[in-house]
Amino acid sequence: MQKLSASFVEELRNIAGEESVLTRAEDLIPYGFDGTAAMREEATCVVLPRSTGAAADVVRHAVAHGVPVVTRGSGTGLSGGSLPVPGGIVLCLVHLDRILEIDTANLTALCECGVITKAIDDAIAPHGLFYPPDPGSMKISTIGGNVANNSGGLRGLKYGVTRDYVMGLEVILPSGEVAWLGSKCVKDVAGYSLKDLFVGSEGTLGIITKVLLKLIPRPEAKRTLLATYDSMQAAARTVSKIIENRIIPSTLEFLDRKTCQCVEDFAHVGLPTEAEAIVLIETDGHETVVPAEAEAMARIAEENGALSVERARDEEHAVMLATARRSAFAALARIRPTTILEDVTVPRSRLADMVAFIEETAEKYQLEIATFGHFGDGNVHPTVLTDETNGEEMDRVHRAFSDIFDKTIELDGTITGEHGVGLAKKPYLDRQFGAASYALLGQVKEALDPGNLLNPGKIFEAKPAEAVA
Amino acid sequence: MSGETPSRLAYLHDLDYSVVQQCMHCGMCLPSCPTYLETKLERNSPRGRIALMRAIADGRMEVTKEFGDEMYYCLGCLACTTACPAGVNYPELFEYARAEVEHQDVLFTPERRFWRWLTLRQLFAKPWLLHLAGRMLWLYQASGLCGLIRRAGLLRLLPVNLRELEPSTPRVERRFSCELIAPVEAPRGEKRHRVGMLTGCVQDLVFASVNRDTVEVLRENGCEVVTPRHQGCCGSLQAHNGDLEQAREQARRLIDQFAVEEVDAIITNAAGCGSHLKHFGNLLADDPDYTVKAKKWDAKVRDISQWLVEIGFRAPRAPENETEPVKATYHEACHLCHGQGISRQPREVLRAVPGLDLVELDNATHCCGSAGVYNITQPEQAGKLQREKVEAITATGASVVATANPGCHLQIENGVAGTVTVRHPVSLLAEAYRREDGS
Repeated sequence: MQKLSASFVEELRNIAGEESVLTRAEDLIPYGFDGTAAMREEATCVVLPRSTGAAADVVRHAVAHGVPVVTRGSGTGLSGGSLPVPGGIVLCLVHLDRILEIDTANLTALCECGVITKAIDDAIAPHGLFYPPDPGSMKISTIGGNVANNSGGLRGLKYGVTRDYVMGLEVILPSGEVAWLGSKCVKDVAGYSLKDLFVGSEGTLGIITKVLLKLIPRPEAKRTLLATYDSMQAAARTVSKIIENRIIPSTLEFLDRKTCQCVEDFAHVGLPTEAEAIVLIETDGHETVVPAEAEAMARIAEENGALSVERARDEEHAVMLATARRSAFAALARIRPTTILEDVTVPRSRLADMVAFIEETAEKYQLEIATFGHFGDGNVHPTVLTDETNGEEMDRVHRAFSDIFDKTIELDGTITGEHGVGLAKKPYLDRQFGAASYALLGQVKEALDPGNLLNPGKIFEAKPAEAVA
Repeated sequence: MSGETPSRLAYLHDLDYSVVQQCMHCGMCLPSCPTYLETKLERNSPRGRIALMRAIADGRMEVTKEFGDEMYYCLGCLACTTACPAGVNYPELFEYARAEVEHQDVLFTPERRFWRWLTLRQLFAKPWLLHLAGRMLWLYQASGLCGLIRRAGLLRLLPVNLRELEPSTPRVERRFSCELIAPVEAPRGEKRHRVGMLTGCVQDLVFASVNRDTVEVLRENGCEVVTPRHQGCCGSLQAHNGDLEQAREQARRLIDQFAVEEVDAIITNAAGCGSHLKHFGNLLADDPDYTVKAKKWDAKVRDISQWLVEIGFRAPRAPENETEPVKATYHEACHLCHGQGISRQPREVLRAVPGLDLVELDNATHCCGSAGVYNITQPEQAGKLQREKVEAITATGASVVATANPGCHLQIENGVAGTVTVRHPVSLLAEAYRREDGS
């Protein structure tokens, strides 16, 4: 392992404070991974600055010495994006956790990057405001991490994803300069939309330290339905019919039978465990519209082969069902030692084809694959239940995913809908991008981070860092 | 295994590796963990601790003093167990890891060894000795000697951490469980069940009246109650503190005292004991003489509120002359809600008490900082959790807080300093039965 020099570490301590620089094995080992299965890399040094100024000084110091910097929030990423880089430092920004402003006149919130996603919605709810993106890990994920990965969630179909709510960003550039991008103005076409370059950049272009978020009025009513089916195709038919009927529900989640069983095992919310597919449907909005929409959707489900349609008893029950769905990924870990999750996404109309292909692939490679995901936006989470210590089986896993990625691209889809490329999908990115667009990635990276020191080796392989004394 | 690599990693290696592997480090446990929320350092989180255990099991890391400190910084509140969708068996990992720490003796100091020997191997291992110590403590407290010594400033002779604790030493009851409970007590009315009653150790000395109330409530609900004398500690104290060997010894002794086949249930009213008592099967899995007995035992153990709801307990009649309703709230002991998944039942018991107006406590499932001996070993963090708990209790405006574990009871009692009364739910129920008779 490449070691950092004692004087380099000493200077880090001077900048960030003695307590904020970790170098002992017991402190570092827990930073060797994020939420991604079967991926680990030893951290050399972790720095947890208490202010943006200190964070910028850390970056300036690291870049001056040619030391790579990997930014990290709560470490719940699902593509290995925040895994340490050998010989680099991990810049963990969880202490930058203040909500700086809630502007009820302009409907915005200004947050430091380490604020927990759910804490934002909790803070604005009393003002009757709403921040819709709700990734599965929202109880612990940080807003900075969400922006860096352009996270999605259960409400993507109706409300969009993180990018749709970012109005401004403060970022630390590799030079250590702090730049503000964007504004509170709904209309703002001054120059390139640079903030958009940083949304989803996975820490490879700059370090996001503040986020200005767009907020919307909180929907006053919500209805939740749970429909069961004897096949995924039947479930898909309902989904298509709902949208054909010009209803855009806030949530259209599906779980296959295996996922359902695991979730029920954990959450005990009374999910049917015998059906081949269940669909969780939620609609929200104005009190006069929502009940009618809910009834219309229940009717459509019944007319299109649903085995049963259950209505959530009350708000508490609805929250329980949504929370249970959010636990799907981790709950699947109950079956086998290693749980590898992907998030291929296809145009909504091709979703049933995709799910069928995943089933065939599982059969072909003799693997256990559970599938769940977001019916409304075509985002599927095929989840392989396997054992990372079994080399032969892992080989089959990789071949199966390779096939699934190829199929996704063939269906005009994308290899990642909301988790990011990181390390996990890096080998497949060029299949999706044409030569010209793939080269563009490198050009952007080189322009912003010429030394290739910010999260190097993630998303794609940029040119190697120049040696700096 | 060769002779020169002895049991260096025995304890974490004894563990089925799949238990460590079960953690897929998704991070869902982080927001539930009091120590992570305090420091925001991964090593102070459940998944961070498991990563360290795994590193040791893999041979990537030695068992060090730092590791030992970390395992004792963990409260063992098990909030992560409730939060974990993957179903990681954290209680088992935690006990094995602490056992590993003790086995390797990385935290050794002469004082620590002495206190561990005195408490784990003597006081809480020998029921007669604990009773004797209890008598002496009672004498000290009841005779006025306690006030005399305080006034004379003799406490200064004690080491500082013990001196600070002295005022919070629990008041020992005058009569212990064996004087309050007959070996067999008949039910009031028709006999529908026969149950064994666990009297515990701290509960026996400090809350013998809660034990008596438990027996009363059982009798009211058709249970014949069998209570073996001088039961002593169930071994949870030892198991939670890295002495699995002694814990096994005490589990065997306890099993031997009960005719498990002849009772419908074995009742405990202390959450910390209950969550340990239900896993003797695992603890004694390698003891051929006890494997089967321990499994049968596990299947019979019930927390008192769990049992009451299971048998459909009778709601007490409201007394003739209505009194002003009393506002009460409920603090969930970690080892009841997280350790045993029991949340609903104690509330059902409380709701059945006439004249009790139950209001919910904010963050009712958050640890109060008692956590076994955590308030002694980690007073700073324990104090912080205690303050948060007391603030939440005060905010409810309740005059009574119910909780079902002696550790929480004492911790909260010390925190609220007389402004709120702390009661066991079963005591409130027993009182309601007594009020029916107009007494």
